[in-house]
Amino acid sequence: MVNNMADPAVLRAAGLRKEYGRGEGLVRAVDGVDLEVDPGETVAVMGPSGCGKSTLLHLLGGLDRPSAGQLWLAGRRIDQIGEKALAQIRRHAVGFVFQAFHLMEELTAAENVELPALLAGRSPRAARRRAVELLDQVGLADRAQFLPPALSGGQRQRVAIARALSNQPTVVLADEPTGNLDSAATLDVLRLLETLHQTGQTLVIVTHDARIAATADRLITMRDGGFTDQTRLTGGTTGHLSALAGLDD
Amino acid sequence: MGQTRLIARLALRDLRRRPVEAALLLLAIMAATTTLTLGLFLREAGSDPFQSTREATAGPDVIASTGPNDGTPADLASLEALTDAPGVIDHSGPYPMIGAELEASGGTAGVWAQGRDPLAASIDQPKLTQGSWVRDGGVVVEAGLADALGVGEEDQITVNGRSFHVVGVAVTAAATPYPDVCYATCWFGAWEPDQDQPLPPSDESESQPVGAPDDIVTFGPPVGDTGLVWLTEADVSDLAPAADALSYIVNLRLTDPAEAPTFVGTHGSIRGPALATWQDILDMHTNVVQDQQLALLSGSWLVGSLAVASIAVLAGGRMADQTRRVGLLKAVGGTPRLVAAVLLAEYVVVALLATAAGLAAGWLAAPLLTDGGASLVGSAGAPSLTMSRVGVVTAVALGVAVVATFVPAIRAARTSTVHALADSARPPRRGAWLIAISAQLPVPLLLAIRMAGRRPRRVVLGVVSIAITVSGIVAVLAARAQLAASVGTDELHAANRVLLVITVMLVALAAVNAIFITWATALDARHSLALARALGATPREVSAGLSAAQVLPAFTGAVLGIPGGIGLYMAVVPDEAPIPQLWWLLAVVAGTVLVVAVLTAIPARLGARRPVAEILQSELV
Repeated sequence: MVNNMADPAVLRAAGLRKEYGRGEGLVRAVDGVDLEVDPGETVAVMGPSGCGKSTLLHLLGGLDRPSAGQLWLAGRRIDQIGEKALAQIRRHAVGFVFQAFHLMEELTAAENVELPALLAGRSPRAARRRAVELLDQVGLADRAQFLPPALSGGQRQRVAIARALSNQPTVVLADEPTGNLDSAATLDVLRLLETLHQTGQTLVIVTHDARIAATADRLITMRDGGFTDQTRLTGGTTGHLSALAGLDD
Repeated sequence: MGQTRLIARLALRDLRRRPVEAALLLLAIMAATTTLTLGLFLREAGSDPFQSTREATAGPDVIASTGPNDGTPADLASLEALTDAPGVIDHSGPYPMIGAELEASGGTAGVWAQGRDPLAASIDQPKLTQGSWVRDGGVVVEAGLADALGVGEEDQITVNGRSFHVVGVAVTAAATPYPDVCYATCWFGAWEPDQDQPLPPSDESESQPVGAPDDIVTFGPPVGDTGLVWLTEADVSDLAPAADALSYIVNLRLTDPAEAPTFVGTHGSIRGPALATWQDILDMHTNVVQDQQLALLSGSWLVGSLAVASIAVLAGGRMADQTRRVGLLKAVGGTPRLVAAVLLAEYVVVALLATAAGLAAGWLAAPLLTDGGASLVGSAGAPSLTMSRVGVVTAVALGVAVVATFVPAIRAARTSTVHALADSARPPRRGAWLIAISAQLPVPLLLAIRMAGRRPRRVVLGVVSIAITVSGIVAVLAARAQLAASVGTDELHAANRVLLVITVMLVALAAVNAIFITWATALDARHSLALARALGATPREVSAGLSAAQVLPAFTGAVLGIPGGIGLYMAVVPDEAPIPQLWWLLAVVAGTVLVVAVLTAIPARLGARRPVAEILQSELV
């Protein structure tokens, strides 16, 4: 295990590769990716379906293991550490937001949001306090006791974002966060991501949606498992998101 | 016809797709059918060694005996008169007998010492399993007694204080088995008192054999467990304090052996010789088998109940796994009835195979369970597979399969096609108070309680499964303790074999159940567990949670199983109430929890190590 506390990057990947199958059936989902994400930076990854975006995100968050290459998260090399250590990294340093929300249906919004804190060993009272605070931040304080099926798609994704922030992660990794949402709900989520950006939260967002990509500091385009283009946007579009997205009320 | 073929084809394809599950299912139903088959076969299997012994020893059809009564010598004339009775074609005896006490290095026993001619008799010539036949100063010991006392050829024993050399060991079909050898003091089922000859008033009936007039019993061996030895007639006469102290026995051959009960009914009387038919002797030999049969039939119900639990869990688990398949069947035009029929057909096919396998296993194993003991020669042959037995076993297997799969099959048939195609998981139950309590607990228990709370019916099934198993084990242990204190070595060995079969079946099925339930829980909770891992739970916490989700119900089941087992034992044997020791009960509970923890460790570990990204991605497909 290698710790590099001097590394300014929150996330760093070098020659990252993920392969499935073998022989003629070999598929390189991620093929030799090099990436650095600075603290507070928002990076958007775009590309056609099947180009390896989600796989890359899973690798960056330690949900999957690379076939080759090196990966550092918060100054710690994670491509060779054990499952337990990876779980602890995910617990403290990473927050995930999924396209399908992945909320536990039998838990209320507040119970879903407090779950990462309970898994991290926080006291039930502190975990609940933090959950209520986060639900308030995402505008769902009045829905804290609702079960997911009673919430709209946008509300569910906001609960999922609140959950991702429960343990104050170093980086939030969002996989198509608006992929399952209608326009109004997309706007809600965009505003929330914009707020996170403004507060200095590091974000890596995989998306098909050019409007989300336009909010990022950097846009990476992927094809066939590799980066084909990287564009540094001019400080993102903070403050102009809704207008850019054409979703102003 | 076309639809039947389609159902059969789909059912068989699905079974082939998951061979391990099909094999476990087969094993679960087969355990129930084998135990039931053994129970049904046992009595017949028990009679075979007796028939072999009867043939090998030229066993009598009726045994008549008489002894001195209240100072009056034995009525030898009435005994001899029976040899000329209509229907009697041959006889041996009368032979003198005396009740005596036998002492050997292995212990003491009451015996009937029977005086025999050194030459072979035409009826009841005991078959030697060791040594040679009687001679002066030489005793032949009945094999069951010899086995119990550990004596054999060349040993020295004393009978009523007089030393004898053991010259042989033999078996006979003319006496009930050790330790219940009984002649004129016993009254057998075939004989019933004549209405015209009422029994004399009784004031000591407690001390007499059932049905015996109390003033008749005045002779017999002096101590409890009673066996049989053969000496020369001269030696028996020497053992008697006086000539009129001797009892006598005669063995009769009838024209039709099956008519022996009728003969006894015609010639039996309260004051006359005691008569026993070969069927009475057979009944005494098969008493042991009857107990085994009762234990096996009770055990087969327990094993059958566990099989229902196994199949219910497996069917539920498979259903969760094949929701999309159900959706596809419906999307291409399958009616709800077709979907239900396919699912039921799978289990019916397995049940039929399990019936065949269970019948075969029971048929082969029944003779091994009833080798007849030392008192009989030969082992039981294979019992016959009658239509009624095959029918009962098939009906039970099909019943088990249909009862366990009916609800999941109907549920699948009613699932909306769109939901099924989307592979929507059955929504979990929410137990608000369980969720609140679990928040206070360490991560593995938090996960375990929430997992259990999602599927309360599965938890109930787990509790019931363990409760049934522990009930069975407690009842078996109580029966073993009771038997050890009350029966002879042969019976104990025979009973232990049967109890071992039941225990093995129960434990094997409970183990299969524990693995099924863990697997089904891991499958059902795969999404929430993957999510918990994505949120930071370690694989160890997840696998400990999965194990704990089984161990908590197992503990409850084990605690409930103890009164259940005592109740079960009392239901089968109402007159005896075993009171187990506290440490013994604690050991059963602790052992059950430990075994379940070990059994669930592997499926829990596998469940906890499924790739997180893959599972979460699959939910999007």
